[in-house]
Amino acid sequence: MDLNQLLALDVLPQLLKGAAVTLKITLITAVVAFVLSFVVGFLRLVPNLWVRRLTTAYVEILRGTSAIVQLFYLFFILPAFGISLPPTTTAVIGLGLNLSAYGSEIVRAGILAIGQGQHEGAAALGLNRMQTYRLVILPQAMVAMLPSFGNLLIDLVKATSLVSLITITELTFSGRQMVVTTGHTVEVWTWVMILYFAMAYPLTWMVRGAERYAARYRQEA
Amino acid sequence: MFSFEFLIRILPDLMRGLIVTIEATFGGFALALVVGLLLALGRRCGVKPLRLFCDGYIALMRCTPLLVQLYFVFYVLPSYGIRFPALATGILCLGLHIGAYIAEVYRAGIEGVPEGQWEAARALGLKSYPLWTRVVLPQALPPMIPPLGNFLIGLFKETPLLAAITVVDVFGAANNVAGLTYRYNEPYTAVAVILLTVSLVAAHFVRKLERRFTSAKR
Repeated sequence: MDLNQLLALDVLPQLLKGAAVTLKITLITAVVAFVLSFVVGFLRLVPNLWVRRLTTAYVEILRGTSAIVQLFYLFFILPAFGISLPPTTTAVIGLGLNLSAYGSEIVRAGILAIGQGQHEGAAALGLNRMQTYRLVILPQAMVAMLPSFGNLLIDLVKATSLVSLITITELTFSGRQMVVTTGHTVEVWTWVMILYFAMAYPLTWMVRGAERYAARYRQEA
Repeated sequence: MFSFEFLIRILPDLMRGLIVTIEATFGGFALALVVGLLLALGRRCGVKPLRLFCDGYIALMRCTPLLVQLYFVFYVLPSYGIRFPALATGILCLGLHIGAYIAEVYRAGIEGVPEGQWEAARALGLKSYPLWTRVVLPQALPPMIPPLGNFLIGLFKETPLLAAITVVDVFGAANNVAGLTYRYNEPYTAVAVILLTVSLVAAHFVRKLERRFTSAKR
């Protein structure tokens, strides 16, 4: 690779625009997936057997098939049923559903990890179920969930590259476009790698920070 | 809307694709086991540049998407005169990518062997070869097997990405059918069902392994 050409930066503005789209999709999807994770995670813990079976099937199906297959499914098959969504919406729904399956497991595990004594203690204090979760269970469970959600966010940044295959002009798609228009294969793909790394690597620090915080919290508790 | 006749007609194509998927899965996993081992050893050894290289490699692999790594190897290496067939590129990338995760499994397995075991082995005068083969590895390997099984399933679910670099795996085969016939429902539903079946069956076996290796420890 010619370093001078890499530093000539002529491909960078377009790639940065793509990176902005990647960030936008990451943020919107993260919110959707986070909310869905809690809904599904809690539904898997309710006493009703059918609700539990249904949500377990949801998790198993979404985890058992690849994200890219799910995205293609939404992108190509929903229109055949008369539902046409804009590609970005399809991307957010597809990635959000996929990640919520993994996120719901984090929520479920986090809540189950809280000892029975905490539930009993809350009941002894006369808290109702809503208060028990809001004031006692969730604050403790959230700390334990934090590192796992951080890792999921890193996975999400990387997973957004998949939506380039359903015609969204994010970073990977911009890379393919720039290769076609400029022919600078090496420089373009090197920059794309650097930009993804710049987005994902700081998140690994956050995960490590969250891990340390959770460990300290456990010790103090 | 969904024609079983059409599904049966395209099934042989999809099955041929599934064979490629399985080749890619096991080829990639075999490479990942080796790459992971080298990385785990490199991080344990005393040479600082080697340790930094391994850390950097793992960070790079974990913080960039597999799809971009595939594009990089598939489109960039040929400009340096290095040319692989598409499937070999796919296997190479899967191995290099998943290896960075598997290094962590090895590390956890080795560090999971209590310090007392190392001290006792050294106190008995064991040299490093018997120390590893008779004391450390017999205790470190069994707990590694369930997480390795999970990574094998994870790798299997990543293989559809190889279709993006023209590999005709099961997903690539479905794309070809869809592109030729403009019928999307049957091929993609079939791919989803095939992937789901394989990964559920595999997950069942991993759970069995997990139970066996955790009950053996008690």
